[in-house]
Amino acid sequence: MPHHQPDLDLSPPVSDEVRKTTCYMCACRCGINVHMKGGKVAYIEGNRDHPVNKGVLCAKGSAGIMQHNSPARLRAPLRRTGPRGSGEFEEISWDEALDLATNWLAPLRATAPEKLAFFTGRDQSQSFTSYWAQNFGTPNYAAHGGFCSVNMAAAGIYTMGGAFWEFGTPDWDHTKLFMLFGVAEDHDSNPIKMGIAKLKARGARIIGVNPIRSGYNAVADDWVGITPGTDGLFILSLIHELVKAGRIDVDYLSRYTNAPVLVNGDPKSPEHGLFLRDVDGKPQVIDRNTGKPAAFDTPGIRPDLHATHRAAGVTHRPVMHLMAERYLDPKYAPEAVADRCGLTVDKIKAIASELARVAFDEAITLDREWTDFRGEKHQSMTGRPVSFHAMRGISAHSNGFQTCRALHVLQILLGSVEVPGGMRFKPPYPKPVSAHPKPHSRSAPDTPLDGPHLGYVTGPDDLCLKEDGSPARIDKAFTWENPLSAHGLMHMVVSNAHAGDPYRIDTLFMYMANMAWNSSMNIGGVTKMLTDTNENGDYVIPRIIYSDAYSSEMVAYADLILPDTTYLERFDCISLLDRPISEPNAAADAIRWPVVQPDRDVRSFQSVMCELGARLKLPGFVTEDGGQKYADYADYITNHQRKPGIGPLAGWRMGEQGVTHGRGAPNAAQLGNYIANGSFCAQHIPEDAQYYKPWNMAYQDWAVKIGIFDRPQPYIFDLYAEPLRRFQLAADGHGERQPPDNLRERIKATLDPLPIWYPPLEDGHVDGEEYPIHALTQRPMAMYHSWGGQNAWLRQIHGRNPLYLPTGLFQKHGFIDGDWARVTSAHGEITVPVAHMAALNPHTVWTWNAIGKRKDTWALKGGAPEAREGFLLNHLIHELLPPRGDGLRWANSDPVTGQAAWFDLRVKIEKVRAADEAHPVMPPITSPVGQGPDELTWKVEK
Amino acid sequence: MTSLPTSTQRKLGLVIDLDTCVGCHACVISCKGWNTENYGAPLSDQRPYGADPSGTFLNRVHSYEVQPESAPAQLVHFPKSCLHCEDAPCVTVCPTGASYKRVEDGIVLVNEADCIGCGLCAWACPYGAREMDAAEGVMKKCTLCVDRIYNENLPEEDRVPACVRTCPAGARHFGDFADPDSHVGQLTAARGGFDLMPEQGTKPVNKYLPPRPRDTLGQTNGLAPFLDPVAQESKGFVAWLDRALAAL
Amino acid sequence: MHPAPSVIIFTTLSGLGFGLLVWLGLGLLTPTGWVAFTFFTIAYLLAVGGLMASAFHLGHPERALKAFSQWRTSWLSREAWLSVAALIVMAIYGAGLVFWGAVWTPLGWLGAALCLGAVLTTSMIYTQMRTVPRWRTWLTPALFLALSLGGGALLAGQTTLALILLPVAAILQIAWWVRGDSALARSGTDLATATGLGDIGTPRAFEPPHTGTNYLTREFIHVVGRRHAQKLRAIAFALGYVLPILLLGLPLPHVAAALAVLSHIAGILASRWLFFAEAEHVVGLYYGKRT
Repeated sequence: MPHHQPDLDLSPPVSDEVRKTTCYMCACRCGINVHMKGGKVAYIEGNRDHPVNKGVLCAKGSAGIMQHNSPARLRAPLRRTGPRGSGEFEEISWDEALDLATNWLAPLRATAPEKLAFFTGRDQSQSFTSYWAQNFGTPNYAAHGGFCSVNMAAAGIYTMGGAFWEFGTPDWDHTKLFMLFGVAEDHDSNPIKMGIAKLKARGARIIGVNPIRSGYNAVADDWVGITPGTDGLFILSLIHELVKAGRIDVDYLSRYTNAPVLVNGDPKSPEHGLFLRDVDGKPQVIDRNTGKPAAFDTPGIRPDLHATHRAAGVTHRPVMHLMAERYLDPKYAPEAVADRCGLTVDKIKAIASELARVAFDEAITLDREWTDFRGEKHQSMTGRPVSFHAMRGISAHSNGFQTCRALHVLQILLGSVEVPGGMRFKPPYPKPVSAHPKPHSRSAPDTPLDGPHLGYVTGPDDLCLKEDGSPARIDKAFTWENPLSAHGLMHMVVSNAHAGDPYRIDTLFMYMANMAWNSSMNIGGVTKMLTDTNENGDYVIPRIIYSDAYSSEMVAYADLILPDTTYLERFDCISLLDRPISEPNAAADAIRWPVVQPDRDVRSFQSVMCELGARLKLPGFVTEDGGQKYADYADYITNHQRKPGIGPLAGWRMGEQGVTHGRGAPNAAQLGNYIANGSFCAQHIPEDAQYYKPWNMAYQDWAVKIGIFDRPQPYIFDLYAEPLRRFQLAADGHGERQPPDNLRERIKATLDPLPIWYPPLEDGHVDGEEYPIHALTQRPMAMYHSWGGQNAWLRQIHGRNPLYLPTGLFQKHGFIDGDWARVTSAHGEITVPVAHMAALNPHTVWTWNAIGKRKDTWALKGGAPEAREGFLLNHLIHELLPPRGDGLRWANSDPVTGQAAWFDLRVKIEKVRAADEAHPVMPPITSPVGQGPDELTWKVEK
Repeated sequence: MTSLPTSTQRKLGLVIDLDTCVGCHACVISCKGWNTENYGAPLSDQRPYGADPSGTFLNRVHSYEVQPESAPAQLVHFPKSCLHCEDAPCVTVCPTGASYKRVEDGIVLVNEADCIGCGLCAWACPYGAREMDAAEGVMKKCTLCVDRIYNENLPEEDRVPACVRTCPAGARHFGDFADPDSHVGQLTAARGGFDLMPEQGTKPVNKYLPPRPRDTLGQTNGLAPFLDPVAQESKGFVAWLDRALAAL
Repeated sequence: MHPAPSVIIFTTLSGLGFGLLVWLGLGLLTPTGWVAFTFFTIAYLLAVGGLMASAFHLGHPERALKAFSQWRTSWLSREAWLSVAALIVMAIYGAGLVFWGAVWTPLGWLGAALCLGAVLTTSMIYTQMRTVPRWRTWLTPALFLALSLGGGALLAGQTTLALILLPVAAILQIAWWVRGDSALARSGTDLATATGLGDIGTPRAFEPPHTGTNYLTREFIHVVGRRHAQKLRAIAFALGYVLPILLLGLPLPHVAAALAVLSHIAGILASRWLFFAEAEHVVGLYYGKRT
């Protein structure tokens, strides 16, 4: 019988139009093609031309259509009618909402601007929101970095002028050995996957260091199932092996790092441990040609790593001597650390040896001439093809700063930073501490702040302290408790505001941060603080304004809700003034634009802030005659100039000879140009400027030309971080500004200028025998924080989250899949379902992050698995460590940066009878948006 | 027509690289998005915001742990969709002729207008590649994006299945297995591509590439030997530094 | 497999109905007039009722006629043809008995053959499934046919035949169960072949692809507790086989026969529930449900 089959239309129309914008389903900022049919969003795919994702797109990105159409979208401004936390609201007009906000905020600005605490969570417009806060005059501004990955970012800046993700990335095209430490999936997710694809395609080796062998670690050729919190010790052991074997890049170290810089070695000197500097303040090195000291950047010198120098009766030794002394110590030998790290001696030795082999025996050379900052011409670019990436996993510990520093130092010792095959920076990075602002906190009525809020301190003089030495900021950032808190401490704001410590505030204004749920430790405590009243029956935190696009848990705890648009309904700007979408070979920025108009009474948050700024008469937001300066965010993006010729977007500016990229006057057609180009602008780096960026004059000149720098500013990497030493000196009693006595020992111990390892602080506060197990969360690749839970497609993949137990623990307690356990920390307990995982560190349990939801939030129905079986570990974690009898409560954060130490958590586990739902159970919240439909048959064109 | 063609001109299918798949589910959702908006009825979701949300998906990513005898356990992410078998049992069981295998390229499709929703094809499939849509009452399955791969409204480079286009890790490859010189043919040959459940006799077109050997560092395999010290303490090391710098 | 009531009722009742029609067609009993009408009505209620029930589990019953088109390859299509043919032929044969008291023997024999064919094709729908090793045996059609004939004999009041055929069916049932319990293990399909990962080590399902349910988990993954299954088997065996045989030996033949029929139907419904509920579709391996 003849084979007959239906005639198919093999070329059906795909869409009426493709609108190219930028994804916001997580923090990665990929380019997307939004296919439109009949004016509606029909399909979303990756943009092939985009520098970040080059056409690919993750599950979250493809599910954007479900987020954009989510039933949890807020519909209009809301004013609270019931008690805080009830979820009872009335819809009001934008005029009413803005009047209300103006009436609340104007008196604060006129009398005490610090009484506004303005914190923006997963905000991608920080250069705008900080500018607004600066003009308001409050010192209390930051985004969410403090509870995310500030340790990684700050350690990178303090060591080499940048870290990973937005700052830098492995040279995927050349690297031959890639070592990946604990990672946050929403940080650089598609680029890492694409990079792994490149490595796999050419058979390069991947080593995964992670207690949990999932995701990227599952495809790693070798798995290092390390015990949480010991990564720093492991890295220092690798450094020990490499230094001891002389498998370090001495040429690179002498030329491009402060390894040769001379350090004061006199223990009695007030400058003990500080650099020998010349009259210009430049660090001194010994020139091997002359044997004499010279400024590090003197043309023609050959900095020595060997010779010491005696000046004014004090012996000065190169940093390299101090490093050798420290890291040759047998306490870092593999034999000494292996058990503590949960590894074998052979594994550590094998990895050290393999790093050395690939770095030095498989070095690669690109045939490109370049000239360094000392004027020396090099015929080629030689690279050490080993590279690293790490993010939140090693960062979110109380020893995270030093651990991240250790990792950066390891890369530098191998000579693999900014070289072919190594780790490469993305413009505007690298940018050393000296190229960053210092933090500013001086506020006065009706006056803008004296400068940008956030920055990098170089010593005690830069701390944000008031005249009386008390913290200037509500989050106590840049104080002796955490001097290098470069991203602020959003996670401390609610508890400090509630305690009135260091002072009382009036209005807490937050954006895109689910502080009543997964973004806070100690959720029960935080929600109580948000709803707590004083003796008069008034709320202890008098006013809360919150802006979000969706009906999150936090919405119920605000008095006024400013409903934001979805990411497809708004203008946004991912600016070179902030952390843009650059690649190692190009500076790139990007926009979002309204590919569809909102069908609700909602407005983009930044546009609202333009209007609110004008109503409050904030300088920078009003014209000379007092009118509103920026009609909306698009107007601001186009016309704002941070300094002449430099605006939020670098593309298509109006230069003297017409439209140009980089420096130039505002161009009314700029956003149109971006849209036509796929919503981004990439400025490519010339070939001879693509590597050795901190020292390569061609790069420095290019960066000045496009407006990244105002002048060339080459620098050397800080193996030895002098700013930290200044805090140690203060703790030793030197200098005017002195830490409180109770912090002196801790500062001396933890602010070491050379990377160290100390056990996570929680280990010193809880009984390790009683709580022997480490508990972690991981972010699923298909879900971004709590946002993903409203997504009809993604929530089918991750609708609940068991606690995964390693084989030994699972068997010891006699669990079978489907059983439940009580998990107890020093702070609290939860009762949750468990499951077995063999590829897991034997002392570690874990679960997926932020799957659990509060009942009736996010437009989910009551029986939703997220609200029944889903759970958060946050209930087990407190923002303060348990008391240990010294009369003090220590913050559960890194003593250097204040980063929230999520992953220090220690627990114990016991089997319990199966429960109906995960505990603790928090009562439902009235949904301000109702509930979603019972069935979806989604098709724009039926 | 439910007789299988005796041969097909091409054998289009996928290579799925288990060595590289990181389990991100990008292919799952990209497929859901494309096939909800395109070929046939939308892929519906029941109780999308309620208890037990349950929708139709044409591609799902499983994960397995494998415990070697004397090495750490491994985790393998395992995407699975229709394998477009040469001897597709789902086609021959169909009573209406709705299920068929295209003679041009071997793609197995369901003509939804002829599908009575009896479910027998899904019974016959050992891989779980077919799912009955609860709203539409017809069988849904991977079409290998037959409405993309020949679609002249798409740029040529986009004429691949949605899952392949979107895969960030490069773990999915599309091509013609009838041509041994094709990318997929060569990958299969070079990396030992294998069939799922070969004993079922379905002759799947799609091939899976096995994970490469893991955890070889630190085992005696001829890689770099452990490092030899140049010095045991800092004084000796500093002297070594001098020599090393002098040698540059 | 999901034990869908529609399919359980269909296979049980239509098997009985066709079994009764076989004996009518073969002329083992040749009732006429109202008695014939009663016998044929019972047979058609069972056979057609079963077929109707099976239509309920279709997503698109209005397209059911399309199911006749693929008789070359599809057992379901063949079943459709044979069922309809059997029902038509036996209707003519029955009309002869009811209205004219005529016994058109060749037509009866043809009808009987078609009825057996209908039962055979039904059983082949399951037997052909390589994906369900428990079903893939000649014992499946043998059991279906034996039950159809035995139950038909019971309905037809053919005590002797029933006393021969029911024990035969009982033996087949035991054999089918015993074989079935190791069928998956002997099939050669396991998680190692399903994933191809067996060369590395022992695979184990870790996370399912989605945390919720889906069509596959609902349709193919039905896990019956071992003890529960054993209990049900005992009940099915007692009601479906043992009790009818015992009842047939009692006095009061009509009451006993009626009780025997009811007991048999109840037992076979239980057996059929197990037929589906215990059937391990290999797709369950991917979901970690077959270990």
